[in-house]
Amino acid sequence: MNRPHRGAAGSRGLGTMEVKSKFGAEFRRFSLERSKPGKFEEFYGLLQHVHKIPNVDVLVGYTDIHGDLLPINNDDNYHKAVSTANPLLRIFIQRKEDADYSAFGTDTMTRKKNVLSNVLRPDNHKKKPHIVISMPQDFRPVSSIIDVDILPETHRRVRLYKYGTDKPLGFYIRDGSSVRVTPHGLEKVPGIFISRLVPGGLAQSTGLLAVNDEVLEVNGIEVSGKSLDQVTDMMIANSRNLIITVRPANQRNNIVRNSRTSGSSGQSTESSLPSSTPNILANLLPGEEESDEEDIIIEGSGEPQQIPKAAPTSESLESLTQIELLHESTQNGFLPSSEMNLNHSAGSISMEYEVQGPDHKSLEEDGTIITL
Amino acid sequence: MRRFLRPGHDPVRERLKRDLFQFNKTVEHGFPHQPSALGYSPFLRLMAIGTRSGAIKLYGAPGVEFMGLHEENNTVMQIHFIPDQCQLVTLLDDNSLHLWSLKQHSGASELREEYRFTLKGPPGSPPSATQITAVLPHSSREVLYLGTESGNIFVVELPSFRVLEDRTITSEAVLQRVPEDYCNRRSCELVEALREHPKNPDQILIGYSRGLIVLWDLQNNKVTHHFLGSQQLENLYWQRDGSKFISCHYDGSYTQWPVSGDNRQPEPLENLVPYGPFPCKAISKIYWQTTKNGLPYIIFQGGMPRASYGDRHSISVVHGSQQTAFDFTSRVIDFFIIFSSEPTAEFDDPSAMVVLAEEELVVIDLKSAGWPAVHPPYLASLHCSAITCSHHVSNIPLKLWERIIGAGSKQNIHYSNMPWPIDGGTNIAPDPPQRDLLLTGHEDGTVRFWDASGVCLHLLYKLSTVRVFLTDADPNDNMNTLGEDEWPPLRKVGTFDPYSDDPRLGIQKIYLCKYSGYLAVAGTAGQVLVMELNDEEAEHVVDHAEADLLQDQEGYRWKGHEKLKTRDGPVRFEAGFQPFVLVQCQPPAVVTSLALHSEWKLVAFGTSHGFGLFDHQQKRLVFVKCTLHPSDQLALEGPLSRVKSLKKSLRQSFRRIRRSRVSSRKRRGGSGNVQEANAKFDQDTLQEMELAPVQRKIEARSAEDSFTGFVRTLYFADTFLRDSSRHCPSLWAGTNGGTVYAFCLRVPPAERRMDEPVRAEQAKEIQLMHRAPVVGILVLDGRSTPLPEPLEVAHDLSKSPDMQGSHQLLVVSEEQFKVFTLPKVSSKLKLKLTALEGCRVRKATVANFGSCKTDDYSENDLAVLTNLGDIQIISLPFLKLQIRYPCIRKEDVSGIASCVFTKYGQGFYLISPSEFERFSLSTKWLVEPRCIVDVPEVTSNNHVHSKSGMENAARKSSPSYILAQQTIQLACTGASGSCQEHT
Repeated sequence: MNRPHRGAAGSRGLGTMEVKSKFGAEFRRFSLERSKPGKFEEFYGLLQHVHKIPNVDVLVGYTDIHGDLLPINNDDNYHKAVSTANPLLRIFIQRKEDADYSAFGTDTMTRKKNVLSNVLRPDNHKKKPHIVISMPQDFRPVSSIIDVDILPETHRRVRLYKYGTDKPLGFYIRDGSSVRVTPHGLEKVPGIFISRLVPGGLAQSTGLLAVNDEVLEVNGIEVSGKSLDQVTDMMIANSRNLIITVRPANQRNNIVRNSRTSGSSGQSTESSLPSSTPNILANLLPGEEESDEEDIIIEGSGEPQQIPKAAPTSESLESLTQIELLHESTQNGFLPSSEMNLNHSAGSISMEYEVQGPDHKSLEEDGTIITL
Repeated sequence: MRRFLRPGHDPVRERLKRDLFQFNKTVEHGFPHQPSALGYSPFLRLMAIGTRSGAIKLYGAPGVEFMGLHEENNTVMQIHFIPDQCQLVTLLDDNSLHLWSLKQHSGASELREEYRFTLKGPPGSPPSATQITAVLPHSSREVLYLGTESGNIFVVELPSFRVLEDRTITSEAVLQRVPEDYCNRRSCELVEALREHPKNPDQILIGYSRGLIVLWDLQNNKVTHHFLGSQQLENLYWQRDGSKFISCHYDGSYTQWPVSGDNRQPEPLENLVPYGPFPCKAISKIYWQTTKNGLPYIIFQGGMPRASYGDRHSISVVHGSQQTAFDFTSRVIDFFIIFSSEPTAEFDDPSAMVVLAEEELVVIDLKSAGWPAVHPPYLASLHCSAITCSHHVSNIPLKLWERIIGAGSKQNIHYSNMPWPIDGGTNIAPDPPQRDLLLTGHEDGTVRFWDASGVCLHLLYKLSTVRVFLTDADPNDNMNTLGEDEWPPLRKVGTFDPYSDDPRLGIQKIYLCKYSGYLAVAGTAGQVLVMELNDEEAEHVVDHAEADLLQDQEGYRWKGHEKLKTRDGPVRFEAGFQPFVLVQCQPPAVVTSLALHSEWKLVAFGTSHGFGLFDHQQKRLVFVKCTLHPSDQLALEGPLSRVKSLKKSLRQSFRRIRRSRVSSRKRRGGSGNVQEANAKFDQDTLQEMELAPVQRKIEARSAEDSFTGFVRTLYFADTFLRDSSRHCPSLWAGTNGGTVYAFCLRVPPAERRMDEPVRAEQAKEIQLMHRAPVVGILVLDGRSTPLPEPLEVAHDLSKSPDMQGSHQLLVVSEEQFKVFTLPKVSSKLKLKLTALEGCRVRKATVANFGSCKTDDYSENDLAVLTNLGDIQIISLPFLKLQIRYPCIRKEDVSGIASCVFTKYGQGFYLISPSEFERFSLSTKWLVEPRCIVDVPEVTSNNHVHSKSGMENAARKSSPSYILAQQTIQLACTGASGSCQEHT
């Protein structure tokens, strides 16, 4: 069998990339040339072909390295998907008619299985009506202004969404002093300020933070009385879902906000990308415990060859991975290679069926290898 | 649910917390950092040491310790005990005098500062007029004579510190009858020494720095004798009978002067330069001790030939034809001789010499032949080679304890058998409830075993790993071949040796199994040694294996140090822990984590590249796992890539010294006004300067960060890793990048242990999304109790773990505590410490806390030290913050890094390179000094002396008077000052 070996070494070395596509309850496996992914339309056709759904309109999504389900609907995000897939590209296909747009976006993959948070906050996802404004789900938010209605006009609460290494959060903080009105009159108190924005970083690209803005809170916790290092640690600890309340150095922009009492965010015209939808605003009040992060758990050894001393033939320690390999080899179905080479000039392409339950609970089941 | 179970609202729990937790810094172990003054009371048989940071520590019999701290935090220049009193006077470098007393306080007593005083001159006089250079507490206990830079001697009354101006001895009065020509040549200059006549309290000897010495009659206020010394004076010493005194000088000479009634201006009896004829350094202190056999002991500090031996820190002892110049490892601060203090005794008969050097205390037995050193029961120089790591083991079984002591006693044969000569006071603390060992690893490849059960941290045994390796410095080279005719007759004494031959030998991790006596030790060059305790010395071959942690990762070059070369063939080991297995990691990076399972006979080790498991029964490597991220170039090349490692280590030592200087005891005391003003000034100037502000980058951690593969923690557990029906041995590893690896182990049953290989297979990998370093891993059993240590159950010292209920996994990262279910790993609970408080976990250990109210209640909690120096107690398994105590200053990075917790809620951390502070979080387990000092009662009629009755009082302080004293006992506690009933 000429199936390329799974795992990081295999895929990286050969320049091909494994694709695991799921439509309904069915999986298809095939491989793509990483360097020549082709156009989105060709890929769309390939997917329709391998799933044998030639005339069904579908939405194509993929999970990125953070476990977020993101759409593929043009060449750009298709290429992005291919270039970031590591080691395999996981494709999810939905019929357009019963598509659930809310499935896309941040934390979508992890939110689903966080049963605990759903129990604690049953009203989180369900109660909020879904307002769709020109398919914002096709994009993911990078920042938002939240809690405009409850904060003083001079303050601004900004939420930054961090997606991995491609774009750094990109700002620096420093110690400083600010003037406060106290019962004893005006008083100079120490404070934490934004000292620098990294060009091209997330903080700069949002346009919501500026140099010399005073940081008042980090994820709902006041920073007064805390050292620069402490605030740094708090921000880094929250970096995946950072909500900082600032007093902007330039208060003139607030006038714009005052005139618009709707509390709508995303009005900052500097924002390079349309920011969040209202439902995200509503369900993340600062200070509330967010279930933003979910650890990745890999059960069993993804690369059994890395443990040379542990003999896989040992009865008591039978590798679950081994079982899966066997399972795959017996159930694999092959398509004629001429059909497969629709878009690809080179590389052997193999496909696999994998019969599994539709839900993502399998993330935590024994024997599956999840590489998010 | 957990949202409603907030801590702090349950009154029952709050009450219980009060019975369980309590924070105390109880005692300081080790050698005081930067000692600056030494004092001794032959009457109390107590020794006092002052430091540059203003601390004063009193030591007597083992366990008798007191500590005080001057508020000013200034250097203690001189310490003088008031004769026959529980009082002492200290002189600080700000020219202030402080009177300290050992006083009773609610059933116990403590060292307390009573009065302070700064000598003030007449208005307009220069500061030197009152700069105190010499202090003499008069035997009347009524007055202090204070010699100054101006040459005047002031008299102050005790304890009020009232200046008795009419008694001031002015330099003019002294010079009145000095011959004219002498007077012109040299003015009096400062008062170098003040000595009371040993037999006649009305006479004091005054020595001026330019060489003039006078005997002053206190009653008639006039000079009776002039001694016209020609050399600059350093010090004076009276002979016991008062017929002669001896002066020592800047040019390395000493002179004997006769004191007789008739000759008012005698010539010196003898003038000698002991290490002449070439120019010599000053003799700064001298003793002349008489003995029954007639030959005196002449003991003096310094005096070495300036050119060849000017850099030595020596004290010479001359007794007849015997002469030894004890050569100390660091500068001599001061020394004293313990001799017969019985006033009726005819001779001094010195028994011991106590030398305070800058880095250690050395006591020489002067009674035994060869003048051997005495092994001190306290004040151990923890830093004789820099401490690189420490490990604490509670409740050592008696058998192991005795064997370690046995091994240690074989090492101590060159010490004197003399009982500890400084034996004042009585230790009344209850015997330590259990035997505790503190193991310190050192830069020179040694491990020291300390008895940490009680107040005195006492060295039991020293283990060296050096013999296994081939190092440049052969131990035989250091043998000091001292010829017969060697002059000066130098003899090295002391153990302080901060210069490591090879920094790769440094010990980084220690793990001792107290039940089996297996010890694993790992070091800087990736070496892991497994040892076994052997009561006899033995010669054997150490099995040697290599663990290639990089495996198939190719194209990387380790630019750090090389691995250590091993000795071929059998090696002779002295009795004690003897290595039988050596595993060397490749690349030879610092071992960052170590775990030993004595029941399974496995040792696991990790470096910045990965981790491995070694079967030390079959002597076979079970597996290795590379944890490196391919882009982590820094880890691959090694941290020492660009500098020579030796240079680096030297620099680190210097940094350590500098850092510790900053982190001196200044932090402890209440801030004086001067300090506050200084701090304010600093702050103001800083603000004015508007320096480029310190910035901190806010960036999420990523997989590409450096040292993500650094293995921070390793843990063995018998738990449910694969399914909930079968438990199996497992090995857990946590990395700097927030990854946890779990390996399933298959250990053959005991009868086939040698025949079948141990197998391992990766079962799980958890990537914490916040990617913070994993600092601790722990499995809780079905009752949510941490799994016992290996062999703990076998020795009936622990209940066997509950294997029925479901186990839980606790992962402690620097930022969060997380509880996961097992065998299916899913997050159950978490405490996001950093997100809430901005502090990070530095150390986390399970500690057992017993209630001080009832004997039958105890619970396990996590004791956590954060990077801010706070200690937090967090409950298990619900991860509720119980209580928080500030413990270490957050700037004291080395203090925080050195902290170790014990299993019963105590802990140690380094407050200087040479001192451990001991603290206790428990109400039940508290080790602090409690002692009694015998004090002769001073009857009231002797107490009330009018000024005019001073000479009367002086006469009364005769031998018979002292013998007539009644003795009362005072219970005293030491440094902490707390008077907890210790049950």
